[in-house]
Amino acid sequence: MRLKRYADILIFALLLIAYPLIITDNYGLNVGIFALENIITVTGLNLLMGYAGQISLGHAGFVGLGAYISAILTATYHWNCWLAMITAFVLVGIVAFFVALPTLKLRGHYLAMATLGLGMILYIFFSQLVDITGGPSGFVGIPYMRFGSLTFSSYSTIYVVTAMITFVIIWLSKNLASFKAGRIFRAIHQDEEAVVALGVNTYHYKVLVFVVSAVFASIAGSLYAHTVIFISPASFGFKRSIQLVTMVMVGGMGNIWGGVTGAIFLTYLPEFLRIFEDYDIIVYGSLLILVIIFMPGGIAGAVEDIYGKFKNTGGREDR
Amino acid sequence: MDLIQYLVSGISIGSAYALIAIGFNLIYNATGIINFAQGEFVMLGGMGSVYFYHYLHFPLIFAILSGILLAGVTGILVERLSIRPIRDASILSLIIVTIGDSILIRGIAMLVWDKNSHALPSFSGDIPIRFLGAAVSPQYIWIIVVSIISMLLLGGFFRYTITGKAMLASSVDPVAARLVGINVERVTMYSFFISALFSGMAGALMTPVTLTSYDIGISLGLKGFAAAVVGGLGRMSGALVGGIILGIVESFSAGLISSGYKDAITFGLLLLFLYMRPQGIVGEIKAERV
Amino acid sequence: MRKNLKILLVLFLLAGLVSTGCKKKSKEQQAKAKPAEENVIKIGAVFSVTGPASFLGQPEKNTALMVVDEINKSGGLLGKKVKLIVYDTEGQEQKAVMAVNRLIQKDKVVAIIGPSRSGTTLAVIPIVMRAKIPLISCAASRKIVQPVSERKYVFTVPQLDTFAVEKLYEYFNKKGYKKIAILTVNNGFGASGREQLKLLAPKYGIEIVADEIYGPKDTDMTAQLTKIKGLNPDAIVVWGTNPGPAVIARNRLQLGIKTPLFMSHGVASKKFIELAGKDAAEGIILPAGRLIVADQLPDTDPQKKLLLDYIAKYKARYGSEPSTFGGHAYDALHLLFEAIRRAKSTNGDKIVAALETIKNFPGTGGIYNLSPQDHEGLSKDAFVLVRIHNGNWELLEE
Repeated sequence: MRLKRYADILIFALLLIAYPLIITDNYGLNVGIFALENIITVTGLNLLMGYAGQISLGHAGFVGLGAYISAILTATYHWNCWLAMITAFVLVGIVAFFVALPTLKLRGHYLAMATLGLGMILYIFFSQLVDITGGPSGFVGIPYMRFGSLTFSSYSTIYVVTAMITFVIIWLSKNLASFKAGRIFRAIHQDEEAVVALGVNTYHYKVLVFVVSAVFASIAGSLYAHTVIFISPASFGFKRSIQLVTMVMVGGMGNIWGGVTGAIFLTYLPEFLRIFEDYDIIVYGSLLILVIIFMPGGIAGAVEDIYGKFKNTGGREDR
Repeated sequence: MDLIQYLVSGISIGSAYALIAIGFNLIYNATGIINFAQGEFVMLGGMGSVYFYHYLHFPLIFAILSGILLAGVTGILVERLSIRPIRDASILSLIIVTIGDSILIRGIAMLVWDKNSHALPSFSGDIPIRFLGAAVSPQYIWIIVVSIISMLLLGGFFRYTITGKAMLASSVDPVAARLVGINVERVTMYSFFISALFSGMAGALMTPVTLTSYDIGISLGLKGFAAAVVGGLGRMSGALVGGIILGIVESFSAGLISSGYKDAITFGLLLLFLYMRPQGIVGEIKAERV
Repeated sequence: MRKNLKILLVLFLLAGLVSTGCKKKSKEQQAKAKPAEENVIKIGAVFSVTGPASFLGQPEKNTALMVVDEINKSGGLLGKKVKLIVYDTEGQEQKAVMAVNRLIQKDKVVAIIGPSRSGTTLAVIPIVMRAKIPLISCAASRKIVQPVSERKYVFTVPQLDTFAVEKLYEYFNKKGYKKIAILTVNNGFGASGREQLKLLAPKYGIEIVADEIYGPKDTDMTAQLTKIKGLNPDAIVVWGTNPGPAVIARNRLQLGIKTPLFMSHGVASKKFIELAGKDAAEGIILPAGRLIVADQLPDTDPQKKLLLDYIAKYKARYGSEPSTFGGHAYDALHLLFEAIRRAKSTNGDKIVAALETIKNFPGTGGIYNLSPQDHEGLSKDAFVLVRIHNGNWELLEE
């Protein structure tokens, strides 16, 4: 039984280990690292969207905030990178908490608009605080991650660090999702009024999950800053927020592995679409529409359906 | 004197936002959907007019009408091909699908036309109108007048015509609307068509002063959305009030506070409204908050 | 549900294994089946062909494809055909990083031209430095090539903002302008211009009385101009690329501002005059490469023939006027070709060494003089001041 319970996470760990053994060139590792960084953000966003049913169109702002805090502390103030990452983590958590207090009282389109506005405001600060952030020209001179005398400058070493952090994040999220909080999140997603009627303060849970998702985004941002060792506001705008939401939707909301699949799929897809040159934007847009229309549960939902048909029992009993 | 100029500039640009906000409200009223592809209708109105005028050499007035019609037809296509198949899906899915529409429309516009900016000649010349020491381009008078007329027409349309009432009814309760014999699907299609026409008109009217390009829809769409929310979602008069307030805030913060942070101030105002008064300036209190 | 997930994951694992296996096989087959590959010199290009910086990337891509076709028609390089592989960055650093890694690892290019933006260039520098692949950037920022000791494989071809600003400030000194207002666009291009404008002002005894910003897609700048008008400066300097500056020129006319208007080389194309309209553009002065005034240059000018040739060919192929930005790709490729010819090799270190020996090499941007200490190659003379008069460019007397 125990083994069964951990089977999926074990397979995930195996995949993480297998990837750099199969794909050893720098290009493949590089795309892999970006995919992992997206997985981290998307998992957080998936908790917010899929489990708590709340949308955020401004999550790139939190990715950016994490990246900039890490960059500034390590490059300008020469902090240890891990200390900087944790500080970023805490600061983003605090910011997200105070932002979440009024924002998560809103619902539906109003929430979408509010989070979008927040993302925009963060973006404007990244580009306007020129003395601190380097402005639109970007921030140069970020060091690589180090541990003792080890410097993680090669893609293979960065991959190892990122993969370990990703694993921890996924493991935490999986537990969070299967404990009481997770069940309440899912209940909120399905019928918030019923949950309120049971005497549960849904608002507290929503704020909590919002903070968690922002903190995940911050970690991904810090990792990104130390991978590329250069950041600019262009990476943390509205477009990025939309990409993140798309990853959740395409992969499958409310299913951690769905989000993971979406992040992987949409990180690799544009690389394959390079053969389409300018037409990739059309493929991307159409894909988004087609997935929502024909696969409302995303890739994960579609696979479940197929599996259910094979088993003839629906296969959805514990949903 | 400067203050009057800020005010005049703000009202001018704000009335353009109002026209876009009207588009948002039309669809919202009939379907309860916020269409994230609204900005693309604005772009199509502008780029379409440019195409018919500069490349197919239509007379200006026909070029503009064709551009607006192009936006309208696209509105119908968006509704038929992407909204209707998932009419009963969650708000989240609807938001994402309209985002997908906007990416797709933008991509097609980029490939069919080009990536450059384009201009149209002003409808009544470029000689600015002076007003209490402030100057305003005559094109903006067109925009202001058209927004006010549109608002009045649409207000009347919803209040006094059967189709308008049907639109309102199907937004409030689609099932009940269907029971009393309203063709909800047709109403939804109409709303997308009319909304796209109005946004296309905004795009065509703005092009002589603001220029246009395939990617202008994102920022204009967001401003229009913000105007609709500030005024009160679904309210035609709210669109006008919201648009003008947004324009004035933008203009004054660029002139008096900081031009770098003007958009942050605008979005800050939007957040303040969402937190303190989500029903907007002219809206009634609805149970959109928990 | 858990079972499904297991299956899903197994599927993924299998798919991954199969696809990588296939790829490896097909690669080996390719290597065996195509010894002809040996006779090709592969050059990579990364431009922001789509996205907000497509005004840079599109003409660059067009030009690069044209230049490569030309060299192949005239017999190629070192007796081999040149193959250009262009990837789009969408102006995003993440995409640029992946594209450059792919060019180096998968496509095995010998050198790379681009990226278009300074941000995307700075993001890919660590990669080319590690792979020892020469990169000739099309972005104008000194940060890209300095310090040269840490940027051995990195070159840049555009005229730097510093020179444009110096050219303007010299003119201001001549005219006796002391107080100026600057209005810059909120993106990399504007930010870099703003930095140089503020940095160099004290050296020329110029005071910046207003430092205003506008967004790349803003549609009305009357508020900023009204504020500037109230401060009564001697000159207004606008740093941006289309469409913003065109809107500003129109707004200035609308507000009846008589203060002389100056712009950057970012608007140095016919498109700007078309967008701003003849009346609004009249009298605007800007520093620009010689491309837009090629026909007015004296016949003795070493760039003249090349510029007219480039303009004619670009027009014939794409039906539109080339821009300064397209010229960057032209210069980057021609410098690279020259270096490969001199080095008689496609080895990265040898190409760099050869690039550093190039002197008095005319390009669209100016006359290039590269050295181990100078990876920019251009001087202030790469710019001339031009004025818009009657809807056309006019070379201002030096």
